[in-house]
Amino acid sequence: MTMFGKRQEQVPDPALGGPAIRVCDLRVNYGEREILHGISFEVRAGETMVILGGSGSGKSTLLRTLVGLEKPVEGEIWVGGRNFAAMSEDERDELRKKMGMSFQGGALFGSMSVGENVALPLHEHTELDDSTIEIMVRLKLDQVGLSGFENYMPAQLSGGMKKRAAIARALAMDPEILFFDEPSAGLDPIIAAGIDELILKLKKAFRITMVVVTHELASAFLIADRMILLDKGTIVANGTPAELRESQHPRVRQFLDRVPEPELTGEIDYLQMLTGENPPTRQ
Amino acid sequence: MAFTTEIGEATIHGLAYVGGLARLTTGAARAVFIDPFRGKPVRLARTVHQSMLIGVRALPIISLISFFVGTILALQGAYELRRLGALELVANAVAISMTRELGPLMTAIVVIGRSGSAFAAELGTMKVNEEIDALETMAVEPVHFLVAPKFLAMVVMMPCLTAWSDFMGICGGGFFGVTNAGFTWATYFHATLSALLLRDILTGLVKALMFGLVITAVGCQEGFRTGLGSEEIGRSTTAAVVKSIFLVVAVDLVFTTIFYFSAS
Repeated sequence: MTMFGKRQEQVPDPALGGPAIRVCDLRVNYGEREILHGISFEVRAGETMVILGGSGSGKSTLLRTLVGLEKPVEGEIWVGGRNFAAMSEDERDELRKKMGMSFQGGALFGSMSVGENVALPLHEHTELDDSTIEIMVRLKLDQVGLSGFENYMPAQLSGGMKKRAAIARALAMDPEILFFDEPSAGLDPIIAAGIDELILKLKKAFRITMVVVTHELASAFLIADRMILLDKGTIVANGTPAELRESQHPRVRQFLDRVPEPELTGEIDYLQMLTGENPPTRQ
Repeated sequence: MAFTTEIGEATIHGLAYVGGLARLTTGAARAVFIDPFRGKPVRLARTVHQSMLIGVRALPIISLISFFVGTILALQGAYELRRLGALELVANAVAISMTRELGPLMTAIVVIGRSGSAFAAELGTMKVNEEIDALETMAVEPVHFLVAPKFLAMVVMMPCLTAWSDFMGICGGGFFGVTNAGFTWATYFHATLSALLLRDILTGLVKALMFGLVITAVGCQEGFRTGLGSEEIGRSTTAAVVKSIFLVVAVDLVFTTIFYFSAS
């Protein structure tokens, strides 16, 4: 109990310029298999942290754990001075209202128009009247460059527009922290550059703390204040883009220089690549 | 040894599945009956929309099927009753079979095909597209937002549809009675009314309500359990239909047994 109190003192309020998120020794399993093996890092208030990593590195699992979609088996996630991983569902929901998440495919509700999608969190969590919400929706869509698309259905939007609409929805509650899952995946380079520019614009305009998961190197180096490289569920590098460029760590070099992995010869090798452990032998 | 282990595992899975259904149903019931008093009102617009889909849009097909089933019942009943020289009892046979059993059951089968499968497909698609995750990250509880309106619409619509199905089935029986058994519409309905007890109708409506809960819970649970990949949505939809039909018949057996012994 005293340790708990001590921990809380160690984490300053983000308003004072301390870490907005502090992750301590995070372990996450899917079933029996451990995906994240004791991850620790900090995201400072107002900075853009990019989590880099290849497929199967655990970066999406890390992001899902940070927003509370996966439960860690061990470890702490301190957000605004409180341990997000140990909160009750109601407390977590309160904190989630200050977070926004943009999913890889947009995750817009297909049965609602773009405007209704953006309005949903406002209808759910505020007492604002319909006309105020309508104005706020227009404002949010304007911020992401989608003015006039309120009445379009998600199916009528292109991939890039869906991502923009999803970002508008994530911005609806004026979040303090924004999470992005692969913001430019599946987009052509021009549209992807547009999304990068939008992220930079939001960063400049609102100083929102952002956590971006991506494997697109060009985009990562453009938007990041600091970066983490995840490999097989552990952090192999953590620093500014310049520091990562200079790193001589073999996995960092392989990732940044785009050197392919040697061919995997079997299921056991594949599991080993994913977990970084010797998988149990079949009985 | 392996055989007993398999039986044990299957039993545990079965119990866990039913436990999941119960949890989903109580979650939805809490959202509908308790949470409004804690400042979290039921989403009326979504409930009305669901009621339209579940109830109003199902009326034509339920009317037609129930009318046919009523006529079939009359034909099958008449086959035996004629030999006994009691053809006038055909109205009783149709009325009691429709209200106590076939009205609720045929309605449930149609609602499973139309709405139970649709629940699984809708929630499954939302799961695959990460929309359910998106709701959670927005601090909107999926059961509250997605299941509760379906639950409330089903609780209201299943008894209504069943009552209508009873009426259409009796009309179907009446069609045979008027054309082949010497009834007029007035005498047929009179015979029906004197054959029916309020208890017959009520037990049917109670069963309909229970079927509605089962269909909602199974459809939504299968949707939520959808794995990644679009072929999983097909699996969920099929599973929702098959499991709902099985569970509806099982619940029917339980309630019919209870009603039988409580009446005697």
